[in-house]
Amino acid sequence: MALNRKIALIDLTTGKIEMAPIPLEYRKRFLGGRGLDAYLLYKYAKPNCDPLGPDNVLIISAGLLVATLASASARTHIMAKSPLTNLLGSANMGGFFAPELRWAGFDHLIITGKAEKPVYLFIHDDEIEIRDAKNLWGKSVTEAQWAVREELDDPDVKCAVCGPAGEKLVRFANVMTGIKDAAGRTGMGAVMGSKNLKMVAVRGTKDIKIAHPQEALEFDKKFIEQIVSAKVNQTQGALGTPFIWGATNSWGGVRTNNFQYNQLLYADDVEPERLEEIAEATMGKYHMAACFGCQVHCRAKYKIPYSPLAEKFGVVGAYDEGPEYTSQGAFASEPGCVSADTILIGNHLVDQYGVDNLEIGSLISWAMELYELGILTKKETEGIDLRFGNDEALIEMIHHVCNRDTWLGNLLAEGGLKAAEVIGKGSIKYLVHVKGMSNLHSDERPTPGLALNVATASRGSDHLRSRPAIDLYHLPVDVLRKIYSTPIPYDGPLSSDHREYIGKAWQVFWQEQCYMAVDCLGICKYHTTFLGATLPNFEDWPKAIYYNTGLEMTPQEIWEIAERTNMIERLYNLREGLQKDDPYKGDVLVDRYHDEPCRRGAPDVIGSVIDRKKFKEMREEFYRYKGLDGDGIPLRETLKRLGLTDLDAEPKLI
Amino acid sequence: MEAKTLIINYEKCTGCRRCELVCSVYHDGVSNPMRSRIKIEKWESEGLYIPIVCRQCIDAPCMKACPVKAISRDEARGLVLIDQNLCIGCRTCVSVCPFGAMSYNPWEKKVFKCDLCEGNPQCVRFCEIKAVDYGKPEKESLPKKREAAFRIFEAGKLGTTLSY
Repeated sequence: MALNRKIALIDLTTGKIEMAPIPLEYRKRFLGGRGLDAYLLYKYAKPNCDPLGPDNVLIISAGLLVATLASASARTHIMAKSPLTNLLGSANMGGFFAPELRWAGFDHLIITGKAEKPVYLFIHDDEIEIRDAKNLWGKSVTEAQWAVREELDDPDVKCAVCGPAGEKLVRFANVMTGIKDAAGRTGMGAVMGSKNLKMVAVRGTKDIKIAHPQEALEFDKKFIEQIVSAKVNQTQGALGTPFIWGATNSWGGVRTNNFQYNQLLYADDVEPERLEEIAEATMGKYHMAACFGCQVHCRAKYKIPYSPLAEKFGVVGAYDEGPEYTSQGAFASEPGCVSADTILIGNHLVDQYGVDNLEIGSLISWAMELYELGILTKKETEGIDLRFGNDEALIEMIHHVCNRDTWLGNLLAEGGLKAAEVIGKGSIKYLVHVKGMSNLHSDERPTPGLALNVATASRGSDHLRSRPAIDLYHLPVDVLRKIYSTPIPYDGPLSSDHREYIGKAWQVFWQEQCYMAVDCLGICKYHTTFLGATLPNFEDWPKAIYYNTGLEMTPQEIWEIAERTNMIERLYNLREGLQKDDPYKGDVLVDRYHDEPCRRGAPDVIGSVIDRKKFKEMREEFYRYKGLDGDGIPLRETLKRLGLTDLDAEPKLI
Repeated sequence: MEAKTLIINYEKCTGCRRCELVCSVYHDGVSNPMRSRIKIEKWESEGLYIPIVCRQCIDAPCMKACPVKAISRDEARGLVLIDQNLCIGCRTCVSVCPFGAMSYNPWEKKVFKCDLCEGNPQCVRFCEIKAVDYGKPEKESLPKKREAAFRIFEAGKLGTTLSY
C-alpha cells in the first residue's frame, strides 16, 4: 500500500546502507515529503555543520500521495543544510523521479558522509547499490542521464542529478531531473557534489496498492475537473509560467536593472506570447509537456532558433524545455535585456550546468549594477563590459560562474553575501536578498503581504513558501474570508487591497500552512490555493489521502501537521543562527525595499515602498499566529501543543 | 460500421503518463506502470512522447500465433480478447506483436493487453488533451486531413514572419 514505502540511510563514507519502514505514527506527525524531511534534517544533520562537509545530510524524498491518484502527484523534495544561506536548505522538483522512487519501494533517502571518489546510487526494487561514477562525472545534466541509461541498459531509469555546477560546488547549484526539472534553490546540487555523489538513478516495478481504487478514480476525476477548469491553469497550459511574468510586468511588479526599476520597457520580444510563438515554430502546435500525472501541462518544449548570439555560444537548434518565468526575470528584466534569444540560451545553459537560474541571473544583475556604479571595473570583470542590457556579457558570465574560471565568476559562485564581503565598497547595499539568497524577479514593494512572505520564508527569500498570490486579484472580503477561515476559524480583519498591511499576516500564515501541506503530500502548488482561488486545499485533501492510502485524517489534523513541520523548520533555522533582525540571517528585507520608491508601473504601484514600522508590526502579528514570541522564538506552550518539546532527545528513526 | 477503438494522436501527448496510472489502478487496484496496458515511450532528448497500446488488429498476429486459441476477435466490440483460462503463459503472442502491446504478467504468469475497459477506456477518460481518444476508426483520418490542409493554407500565406 501507499504507506509501506521505506526509508534508507546511506553513509557514503563507509558504504553502509540501512533500511527501515516508516512507522504510521510518523505519518500522523509529519505525513511525508518535506514535512518528514524537516524532521530528519533536524535529527540527522550535525548542528552547525559545514554545509559542504560530510556531516551535512542530503535528504531526497517523495511526498505521501506521489504516484497515486492525486492530481500532479509528482514532486520530489530535497533537503539539507544550505551552502548558500547556512540555514535550512530545501528545494522541490516535478518530473518523474519521485514516482519511480516510490515504485522502487522508497519514500525517503538520507545520504550522509562523503564518497572517496565520484559515485552514484542505483536504486531498484528494494535494493540500493553504490556504483562508480567515473564515466558520469563532468557530464552535463542531460548527458549524464542518457549515459547512465545506457550503462544500466534501461531507458526508463529516472535520475536526480548533480550537474557540472554542483560538482564545482557553486553554492546555488541544483539537483535536476529530466531536461529541466530542478530542485532549484538553496544549493542542494552543491551538497550533492560535496559528497562526490553524481546522481541517484532509480527504477521501480513494485505495486503501490491503492486503498479504495474505484473511489479514488472517481474522486480524482472530479479533482482534475476542478483543477483544469480554473482559468489560471488553462492559461498555464497554453503559455506556461511566463504568463505570470507578462501580467506582472504590465502592472509594474518586476525587478528591472537589478532593483533600479520595477518594469521592463520595450519588452515585446520577451513576452509570453512571443516565447510561445517560438515554441510553436520549433516544436509544432502541440508543444506543451507535463510532469507525472498532470493535466495542466505548463512546460513548453523549444529549440533554440538561429541568432548571432546562439551561434557564438554554439547552441543553435539545442532542445530544451521551459523557459519558466524565473528565466524571464533572470535573463531579461533583472539584467535589463529585451531578447527572447537571450532567455532561451540562458535557460538552456543553466539547465545543462544544473544551476539556479534565479540566483545566477540576480547575482549577475547585481554585478552589472556595481559595474555601472564603478564599484566593479573592467579589471575585475577581466574585460567584460558588464553593463545592463549587454546580452553577450550576461551569457559569458553564466559560463564563468558555473565554471568558476574568472575572478568574478568564481566569487559570484560563492553567493551574494560572500561576494559582497570581498568586493566591499558598499556593494552589499545593492544586493537584493533575504538570508543571503537572492529575491525572485518579482518586486514586492507594492504588496506588503508578499513582502512579508519573502522576508519570513523558511528557506530565505522565496515565493513558494507562503506567498498569498491571490492578494493581487482584489477578491471581495467575504470570498477571502471563506478561503482563509478554513479549516481554522479566523475572524480578524482582511483586506482586498494589495497595498494594505492589515490581514496580510494571517494570509501569509495560512499560505505557509497550505504550501507545507502540499509539499508533504507531493502535489504541485498549481493544484492548490496559490494562483487560483478555486483550487483544492485542506477540505479536499482528506478524501484524496483516504481513498489512496486508507489513512483517515481531518482538515484540522493536516493543518496541525503543517504547523508542526513548519515549526521544525523554524527550530532548525534558530539552531543554525537565525535572529529576527540580523541583516544577513534574519526575517528582514533589504533597505532598498524601504527606501527606494517604485519608479514605473500602474498608478497603484508608482511610489510604493514598504513602511518599516508597519512591516515590523505585521511581522510580530505573523509570529503570534505561528506561536512565536516577539523575537521569533517558539513559545514553550506552542512546542508542547505540537509535541516538539523533546525533539532533541527523541530516538532516531533509523 | 466498425466498432469504436482507441485513436492515438502522437503529437498531442504531453508525456504525463496518467493513462498508465489509471490503467493499472482500474484493472489491478494498484499504481504500477508495469501493469498498465498502455505505455508512453519517450525520447526525452527530443521531447518526443509516443503512446503504445494494442491496436486491436483485424488480422491479429497474436491471435494467429496462439497455440491454444486463447486469443479471439469480438467483431461487435472491435476487441481482440484473451481467454485467461486457456492462456498457457507461453508468451508467443508477446514475441509476435509488432507493437510490443502484449505484456507478460509475472504475478499471474499470463499475458495481458488493452481490453478497452468495457467500452469506457479509462486512459481516454483521464486524458484531458485527448492524445488517446475513443472513436470510429474510419473517422480517424478526418481531423488529420483538416490539419494538413490548414498547414498548406498557412504555408501559402504571404508575409510569413517566422522563418526558423
